[in-house]
Amino acid sequence: MKRKHKRLTFAAVGLALVGVAAALALSAFEESIVFFHSPTDVAEGKVEMDRRIRLGGLVEAGSVQKQADAVTGFRITDGAHAIAVTYQGILPDLFREGQGVVTEGRLRGATFVAEEVLAKHDETYMPPEVADALKKSGRWQEEAGKGAAKTGGPGK
Amino acid sequence: MKLATVVTPWLGWLTVVLCGAGLYLGLYGSPADYQQGETVRIMYVHVPAAWMALFCYTALAVSAGVGLIWRHPVAEVAARATAPIGACFTFLALLTGSLWGKPMWGTWWVWDARLTSMLVLFFLYLGYLALNSAFDDPQRGARASAILALVGLINVPIIKFSVDWWNTLHQPASIVRMGGPSVHPAMLWPLFLMIGAFTTYYLWVLMLRMRRELTASRLRARRRMQAEEAGV
Repeated sequence: MKRKHKRLTFAAVGLALVGVAAALALSAFEESIVFFHSPTDVAEGKVEMDRRIRLGGLVEAGSVQKQADAVTGFRITDGAHAIAVTYQGILPDLFREGQGVVTEGRLRGATFVAEEVLAKHDETYMPPEVADALKKSGRWQEEAGKGAAKTGGPGK
Repeated sequence: MKLATVVTPWLGWLTVVLCGAGLYLGLYGSPADYQQGETVRIMYVHVPAAWMALFCYTALAVSAGVGLIWRHPVAEVAARATAPIGACFTFLALLTGSLWGKPMWGTWWVWDARLTSMLVLFFLYLGYLALNSAFDDPQRGARASAILALVGLINVPIIKFSVDWWNTLHQPASIVRMGGPSVHPAMLWPLFLMIGAFTTYYLWVLMLRMRRELTASRLRARRRMQAEEAGV
């Protein structure tokens, strides 16, 4: 009986310690666990600009311009700040205005030169007819951005 | 034991029925997605597999913990029987996720928090299995691997909340979230059927594996007794 309780206490205390250790480690490495930075992070100078970074947010409506040599120019916004991006290559199917995207590349001057563009999709799933009906009735909320454009960057 | 014998075939049939209905509704009877088109149908395998990967790991850790603390032999058998099933579910979730990621995101794999923590889960399963069978004395193996299983339990909430705590490429939760599911009912039903099918499949295979293991250990004990009697 005694040993059983001892083992239970050991297991409980051990688990609690592992939990605390994991929480500390994860909050210490928060910067490297974050998959992408928002335009606000960049504007506020929270990001080291001399290396490759990932920049994520929404493709600003009306900003997409097709240029020569399969180069696409667009702006990534998180509502507060926007950054001009150029990318040469084939864009993913989900890429469109208002869509969440994550781009990887470097900032050259004021323009972010992307070497890779990934599309984010949101947590909403519905048939196309329902989406059309929602848009018609004016109850459509542009949810696409919620995930990508959490302003203020990493954190809870 | 009696109850398990009665329930096991029913679990098998229930799996067949749920999986049949879920796959039919998922692949034919449900609409395409407004953004993703037909590709969304990968969800009906991916989400249940990922769900069961977490469920099985929790079951594994709890039964390994019960076996460690209360020295309950059946709990140890349950933990050992769960591990390979959970590892398969995790692998299936990673595989279907990769196949889904290429057309939708434009990449097979990224090292974001959700994908990486899921890969860690897969390695935890493999580590558990390896450690469990690494000792000549099966009891020492069971105890050592139980400790690993309990320590690894911390990864389960990390996987679940990774999409909320950090910026990830993976989208946030669609079903268990504040404000109810954000999946249209026409897609939610086949998804629930598939989750039910995966759950009954797990319970069914668990019963079969546990029964096999318990029978094998009883057989070993009887052989040992016979050998001792013959020796006397």
